[in-house]
Amino acid sequence: MNEAVDVLIIGAGASGAAVAWSLAETKMHILCLDQGGWMNPAAYPSRGRDWEARFFGDYSPSPNIRARPEDYPINDDNSPIKVVNFNGVGGSTVMYTAHFPRLHPSDFKVKTLDGVADDWPIDYDTLAPFFAENDRMMGVSGLSGDPAFPPTEPPMPPLPLGRSGAALGKAMNKLGWHWWPSDTTVATTDYEGRARCINLGHCTPACAQGAKASTDITYWPAALRAGVELRTHCRVREITTNEHGMASGVVYYDKDGVEQFQGAEVVIIACNGIGTPRLLLNSASGRFPNGLANSSGLVGKNLMFHPYAQVYGFVEEVTDSNRAPPICLWSKEFYETDLSRGFVRGYAFQFGRGAGPVMEAVMSEAKGILPWGAAHHAVFRRLNGHRLQLSAICEDLPEEHNRVTLDPHLKDIHGIPAPKVDYTIGENSAKMMEHGVARAKEVLAAAGATDICVNCPILYGGWHLLGTARMGTDPERSVVNEWGRSHDVKNLFIVDGSVFVTSGGVNPTSTIQAIALYIADQMKSRLANLFD
Amino acid sequence: MLTKPALTPAQRDDLRSFAAMIIPDSAEYKVPGADDPKIQADIVATLGRDTEPVREALDHLARLAGQPLAGLDPARRETVAKEFRNSGGAAAATLIRVVLQCYYRDDRVLRSLGLELRPPFPEGYTLEQGDWSLLDPVKARPAMWRRVP
Repeated sequence: MNEAVDVLIIGAGASGAAVAWSLAETKMHILCLDQGGWMNPAAYPSRGRDWEARFFGDYSPSPNIRARPEDYPINDDNSPIKVVNFNGVGGSTVMYTAHFPRLHPSDFKVKTLDGVADDWPIDYDTLAPFFAENDRMMGVSGLSGDPAFPPTEPPMPPLPLGRSGAALGKAMNKLGWHWWPSDTTVATTDYEGRARCINLGHCTPACAQGAKASTDITYWPAALRAGVELRTHCRVREITTNEHGMASGVVYYDKDGVEQFQGAEVVIIACNGIGTPRLLLNSASGRFPNGLANSSGLVGKNLMFHPYAQVYGFVEEVTDSNRAPPICLWSKEFYETDLSRGFVRGYAFQFGRGAGPVMEAVMSEAKGILPWGAAHHAVFRRLNGHRLQLSAICEDLPEEHNRVTLDPHLKDIHGIPAPKVDYTIGENSAKMMEHGVARAKEVLAAAGATDICVNCPILYGGWHLLGTARMGTDPERSVVNEWGRSHDVKNLFIVDGSVFVTSGGVNPTSTIQAIALYIADQMKSRLANLFD
Repeated sequence: MLTKPALTPAQRDDLRSFAAMIIPDSAEYKVPGADDPKIQADIVATLGRDTEPVREALDHLARLAGQPLAGLDPARRETVAKEFRNSGGAAAATLIRVVLQCYYRDDRVLRSLGLELRPPFPEGYTLEQGDWSLLDPVKARPAMWRRVP
C-alpha cells in the first residue's frame, strides 16, 4: 500500500516538471509518476555513425513508429497531421527543436480583437513574470529588442546567424520583411551546469552535449533536490474519485506491470493535449459517466495542432546544413491579423539551416528532385549542404469536431484504451497555409534558391497538442477555470497544453511552462482555500 | 540455434540490383554504387525494425519483375522500377530509405562529399557568427506587435 501524498503530478515533461519545481517550496509531499524512465545521454543518436538513421527508428518523433515501451499508440489515421511526441522524464522537451517563442499579447484576446474563437481568461501581462522565470530555469538564448514582441531579456546571447541565417536574413531584407534571431533553449554559454552548444546539429532527437534544455536536466534536478519524489515507469490508468466527487488518487501500473493505487489530496495532470483527455476519458465512472471533469462535454474537443506549411529550396552557396542547431530565425511579418490576406489571425515563419546527408537524400528522393541512376551523384552534390528552409506555423482555431476520443479497439501494452484523433484542417488555416507557402516561395526566390519543394502540411508535424481541456470562467464552455482547476473536481488541476483556449502561431512550450508556473503560483497563494 | 536470415538469397540479389539502379558507382566521383558489398552488408545487418517492410517491398518487386531483377534487360528493369516506385507504397519508401541511409554513411561516400568520418558528438562543428549588421534595418523598425485593450 502506497502512503497517500499531498500532491500527485502525472507526467514529468515540460509542464509537470515546472509545476513540481514550483510547488516544492511548499514542503508538501509531492510525487510525480511518469510512464517513462530517465534518459541516457550516452545512448543519444548523435554519438553514433547511424545518427540520422535512428530518426526513422528508436528516435522517431512518432510514438507509433518509435514504439518504445514508454510510448502508447495513437490512432491518427483520420488526421492529415500525425501526432509526434516523446515519452519519458523530460517528455517532449527531450525531442524538440528548442525553438522558444512566447504567445503574443494579442493571442490571448482573439475574440475581442478579431471576433473569432474565445478570449483567454488570462492575459500576457499575467504570464509575463512566469515567462521570465521559465526563461531563467530552462536557460534561453536570444536577442533583446525584437520590434515584433514586447521587451524580453534572454539570459544568454543568441545563436550565431551562421551562413544559413545570414542568407535568409539577406533575403528577408530584400523583401523588407521582419526577421529576428530565434529565442532558443540551446545554451550559447555554459549555464547552470549545462555545457554550451558545440553545434552537434542533430538537436531534435535529444542533445548529447546537454546544451539543449530538456526538463530532465533543468527543472528535475532542482525539484528532486527540493524533495519532490519522481517514480518512473509508472503508467496511470485512471484517476479515482471519492463519495464527495473529489479526486482520491490514481490507479497505475508500476515498472513490473503490477497494478497499484496511489492516494493523493491534490492531483495535477501534465500529460499533453492528447494524453490528458485520454486519461480523463479513461477515468469515467458512475459519478462521472462521460469522463472525469467533463460536465461541459469539451474534454478532448477543440484539438489544435498548428498546421505547418514547409517550403525549401537550394542555393549555390554552402549553408550550415546539419552543422548547427536546426532553427535559426523567426519572422512575425504575417503574425497579426490583416483581413486583406483573406484570413483572420496569422502565422510565424521559422527558418531552418538545412539537413544532414541521409535526410537530404531521403527527402529529395521522395520529392523526385534526386534522380536514380548516373545523374544521382551530380544532383546530390548540388543539393546536399545547400538547403534553405522555412515553415509557416499557422494558428489553428478551435473547432469542436477536431477531437481526441478513446479508440474502441486500440490499447497500449497495459491494456489501457488508446487515444483516437479526428482532425481536419479548417478553412481559415488552409488559407493561411496557402498564403504562407506563397510568401515562403518569395523568400526563397529572393535568396536565389531553386528546386523549390513544399510540404503542406508537414505530415509528421503534430508536435503541438493543444486545447483539449480548455480554460475559462464558464463551466459550460471550459474544463478548467482561469487558474487551472477543474470546474467539476475541486482538487484536480491541469497544467499542460490542453488548457490553451487558442493556439497562437508559435511553438507553445514556453507558454505551456509559463502557464504551469502560473497555476502553481495560484495554488500556493490559495493553499488555505484551494478547494473552495 | 540458427537464426533465420533477414532476407533470402533471391531477395538479397534483387536488393543488390535494385540498389545499383538507384545509385550506380561513379568513376568521376570515385564512389562505389549502392550495390557495393560493404554497403549491402550494412543494409542487411541493420535492417532491424525495417525488415518486414523491406521483405514486403522486395516481394512486390519480385512479383513485378517475374524473374530476378538482374536477368531483365535494362529497359524492362527501368519499367519495373518505375512501376515499383509508383505502386509500392510505404514498403517501397522504406526499402529506398534503407539503401540511402546506408549509402550516405559509408566512409568512401562521405569522403567523396568532403564530410568527416565521425558522428557529430563529441567534436561538434564550428558555426560562424554571420553578418549581424544585416539586422540593422529590422532593428530600426517601429514596434509592430499588436496592442491589446
